[in-house]
Amino acid sequence: MCGIVGLFLKDQSLAPQLGNMLTDMLITMTDRGPDSAGIAIYGAESAGKTKITVQSPNPDADFVGLADELGEKLGATVGQTNNDTHTVLEIPAGQFEAARAALADIRPSVRIMSRGESLEIYKEVGLPKDVADRFNLNGMSGTHGIGHTRMATESAVTTMGAHPFNTGPDQCLVHNGSLSNHNSLRRKLRREGVVIQTENDTEVGAAYLTWKMMNGATLGEALETSIDDLDGFFTFVVGTKDGFGVVRDPIACKPAVMAETDQYVAFGSEYRALVNLPGIEDARVWEPEPSTVYFWSHNDSPTTHEKAA
Amino acid sequence: MQTYDLEADGLRGLNSSLQAQNAETNQTRWEIVNPKGSHAIAVGLDAPIEVTVKGSTGYYCAGMNQQATIKVEGSVGPGVAENMMSGQVIVDGDASQYAGATGHGGLLVIKGNASSRCGISMKGIDIVVHGNIGHMSAFMAQDGNLVVCGDAGDALGDSLYEARLFVRGSVKSLGADCIEKDMRPEHLDILRDLLARAGSDAKPEEFKRYGSARQLYNFDVDNAAAY
Repeated sequence: MCGIVGLFLKDQSLAPQLGNMLTDMLITMTDRGPDSAGIAIYGAESAGKTKITVQSPNPDADFVGLADELGEKLGATVGQTNNDTHTVLEIPAGQFEAARAALADIRPSVRIMSRGESLEIYKEVGLPKDVADRFNLNGMSGTHGIGHTRMATESAVTTMGAHPFNTGPDQCLVHNGSLSNHNSLRRKLRREGVVIQTENDTEVGAAYLTWKMMNGATLGEALETSIDDLDGFFTFVVGTKDGFGVVRDPIACKPAVMAETDQYVAFGSEYRALVNLPGIEDARVWEPEPSTVYFWSHNDSPTTHEKAA
Repeated sequence: MQTYDLEADGLRGLNSSLQAQNAETNQTRWEIVNPKGSHAIAVGLDAPIEVTVKGSTGYYCAGMNQQATIKVEGSVGPGVAENMMSGQVIVDGDASQYAGATGHGGLLVIKGNASSRCGISMKGIDIVVHGNIGHMSAFMAQDGNLVVCGDAGDALGDSLYEARLFVRGSVKSLGADCIEKDMRPEHLDILRDLLARAGSDAKPEEFKRYGSARQLYNFDVDNAAAY
């Protein structure tokens, strides 16, 4: 069992409250996943930059002077914003692979949580409320975000095993369920050059979508083929820079509820997670169908990667 | 009328108050406010009382009901009216998966849609869904009636025993050993009665009946290779 929440804003006047609303939804889902919690938030983007969110078990030691040392390696100015065990490094666009290699060299204990123009991921072991407090999640603003509360089944309870997972620029995925063909698929994807950091089944699901999109599929198409290629139970919620998607496996035993108003589209593992959203009484509330891809985008003319299914 | 604020006063207090009622009670009408999607609301009742839930609920609302009439003015999560013995449960909105599962008796009415596994392993309950139902509904259903005024999803009535299934709209696919059967006068009478009790104006003649082909009841040596 795990809990998923997601919120995609249509009305950007709610953007300053996104973190607050998502945090409330996340904490409501504590019963479904008290092991660990995480949130992916699509906030401000700065032109020509890539944000790398990294985590360290020893932030006091690892984060001191990190931007300067990384900047020296990259030959560029690097920004740094610390937040508890995480820090967001802002590097020039196009230098992510160089930065990943440099980080492994200068800070071997630092782990990469996410990269993208607007995506930041914060996740830790512990009760959702404690995780939310340590990162001040309720003060964050953004256009859309996804959260997860974990009750581990397929891999250890660690920061790296917590969701959301990021395997491509501005992509993230959370999962309720379990995949049974993740070992063979992980080997195949690694051979194809996709970086997979953990033994977790969900990361393989995320990497699968990234791999499909690297090879020209739209997110919608990648989600469609995931229904055939992933074996197991899943309700997935995925995020991209401009969009937000949902898909459930054909058996659909993992719960899902959606709500839509003029202001937002919301996802919850249970209706409980949605009850404090503004205007929920008059929202269209429904259960997403099995084997059906749902997708919303901020972009009126989505690129091929964002095209709705 | 007794009014209970679930958010203020908690679930245990609610269920113990409702479970304490008996046939002689004067507190025959209850209203539950602020359900906010909570689980296990109004479960295990055993008295002829009327309970109205003012909003949507989570898992297992009205489970194990006997005698009581429970109305939900909203939608319900998974497992509504699970293992109902008697009484009535009426849902104004939609129901999530396995509505009415394993029910032995009573009437479950869903005015919206029900999702997957509606009436799974039903054992005598009557279920009327005004809208559509999802896949694997009435799986291994043993007894009772499932009436669907809309459409049914994949694998309707898989491994069915003696429950009667009536669908007005389309059936995406039938499950193993489930077949369409003739609608006889006694079936139209059953339907007419259930539709009237469920507040539906659908006509019994618009429905088709599905039931068990009874081919899976006994071991068939020709199937041995499949095991």
